[in-house]
Amino acid sequence: MFAEIFGIPPQALFGQLLLGLINGSFYALLSLGLAVIFGMLNVINFAHGALYMLGAFVAWLLLNRLGIGYWPALLLAPLIVGAIGIVLEKALLRWLYKLDHLYGLLLTFGLALIIEGMFRHWYGVSGMPYPIPPALQGGQNLGFMFLPNYRAWVVVASLAVCLATWYAIERTRLGAYLRAATENPVLVQAFGINVPLMITLTYGFGVALAGFAGVLAAPIYSVNPLMGANLIIVVFAVVVIGGMGSILGAIVTGFGLGLLEGLTKVFYPEASNIVIFVVMIVVLLIKPAGLFGRER
Amino acid sequence: MVTDIRDGGRGAVGTAGTSWLRLVAGAVLLLVLLTAPLVLYPIFLMKVLCFALFACAFNLLIGYVGLLSFGHAAFFGGAAYVSAHAIKVWGVTPEIGILLGTATAAVMGGVFGWIAIRRQGIYFAMITLALAQMIYFLALQLPFTGGEDGIQAVPRGHLFGLINLNNSLAMYYTVLVIFLFGFAVIRRAVHSPFGQVLKAIRENEPRAVSLGYRTDQYKLVAFVLSATLAGLAGATKALVFQLASLTDVTWQMSGEVVLMTLLGGMGTLFGPAVGAALVVTLQNYLAATQLPVTVVIGAIFVICVLVFRRGIVGEIAHRLGVRKA
Repeated sequence: MFAEIFGIPPQALFGQLLLGLINGSFYALLSLGLAVIFGMLNVINFAHGALYMLGAFVAWLLLNRLGIGYWPALLLAPLIVGAIGIVLEKALLRWLYKLDHLYGLLLTFGLALIIEGMFRHWYGVSGMPYPIPPALQGGQNLGFMFLPNYRAWVVVASLAVCLATWYAIERTRLGAYLRAATENPVLVQAFGINVPLMITLTYGFGVALAGFAGVLAAPIYSVNPLMGANLIIVVFAVVVIGGMGSILGAIVTGFGLGLLEGLTKVFYPEASNIVIFVVMIVVLLIKPAGLFGRER
Repeated sequence: MVTDIRDGGRGAVGTAGTSWLRLVAGAVLLLVLLTAPLVLYPIFLMKVLCFALFACAFNLLIGYVGLLSFGHAAFFGGAAYVSAHAIKVWGVTPEIGILLGTATAAVMGGVFGWIAIRRQGIYFAMITLALAQMIYFLALQLPFTGGEDGIQAVPRGHLFGLINLNNSLAMYYTVLVIFLFGFAVIRRAVHSPFGQVLKAIRENEPRAVSLGYRTDQYKLVAFVLSATLAGLAGATKALVFQLASLTDVTWQMSGEVVLMTLLGGMGTLFGPAVGAALVVTLQNYLAATQLPVTVVIGAIFVICVLVFRRGIVGEIAHRLGVRKA
């Protein structure tokens, strides 16, 4: 059908690029959530990976305990994870805002250990399958490759949510308050805006994004207590590469690095695990603030 | 004004007139360490000493320079792999093996530090974490590390070709000497003019810069020193347990050393060692119960961060300091 591209059969190339795009969708959703939370709370949310895992587990529990399917779960799981996030923020995180930012990292690291440890205790480390919803089973033959419907949906859904978040923050009035409060919370509060409430809701929204990503991931990867643990470190590298100054930057970097990882799997599979870390090193050497970042 | 993470170390006691007290306390401590294997299980004590050295080395960065490295497992585990390989495959004597592992950690520390000190605070933590994760993947994939199995059955051999380390008492005293050496190096560094500059950087880096100190160089030297000693701990651990495995290079290991230091007291000399002893004891105890270890560790983390930021030794020093004032 098609000639080989750089000595690689096109099916393999496009297949890996698609996988890369899928991974990129998750990198983008998670790094976006991290960036939103960091902007408002100055906390790097180490629990982000654990809450992503929690999103997948909530979807799995909804299906297997209550018989609630994929589509309601896509809405319910982020809401539940977001609510848990709000409780965590209200009960624990808010005591640390006046301290060094590193304490926020340490606290959320402890939370990640607790959440992951509990699910590991209850469900072991073997993954549990989550079926692809009937409407998205099967796939399209595009001529040069086979495109499973669900994977296409993941990319589209992630892009849509990312862009909606970008629009909400950069183009709406609420987003303007948010950006203003990121710059100068005291002044914004003086204008009569409830900044503590905004902080709480921002954290809730950020972790809801992680929960959403978890539900999207459930049918692709098996639902597994450790699914977020290693992902979060890659996402940290993504965040360092992109810099946390810009929402759009987080999205572009997430998808871009996913694609790059996919390409590496084709041409030099041994390095696919570490390519993002290598990119991080190169970026740090050339532009320490990150591709889209500001020194702060 | 933002309160500093390094607060824990302030308010240390030492004034004139207490030096003889310290001498007595030091002698008692040494006596306890010397006689401990007669009472307690030597392999447990050696584990405590290895992790105590690891935590003290880590504390040199967080406690005295204010840099949170979330990737110290890379040095600990990297050195363990190199030592284990050198001793088992190349057949070198234990002391050469440990030196090779430690040297590897020093080189890694130089490279990591050179990359990571370009950013500060949270970014520094994330970068070191990512770099360490890279080492984890390398350890998983490189041929000499044995993948999931690690390097097992490393022979302890004879120290300097003379002392048989298969004797657990001989091994214990070797580890004790290594620990005391590492601890002395840290103590010397902290109390030296170099250490004073590090503390100045911790308190107010722009001011240290304005006084003419090249803070990046100081940070890099501190980072390399910390990595080297962490490597010494890891290499020794590999010899004691005759094993280098993936566990040593995971991010959980990096987190554990953070917890030991936090629990014992950041920026105190003895705190990390106390924290290491507690955490290792706790892990031994929990291993025999049905409680999930990570949940307990995580809970201690949360409690320490919320209400016990000075750590045990830091809290004691603070109380004593308050009474004196």
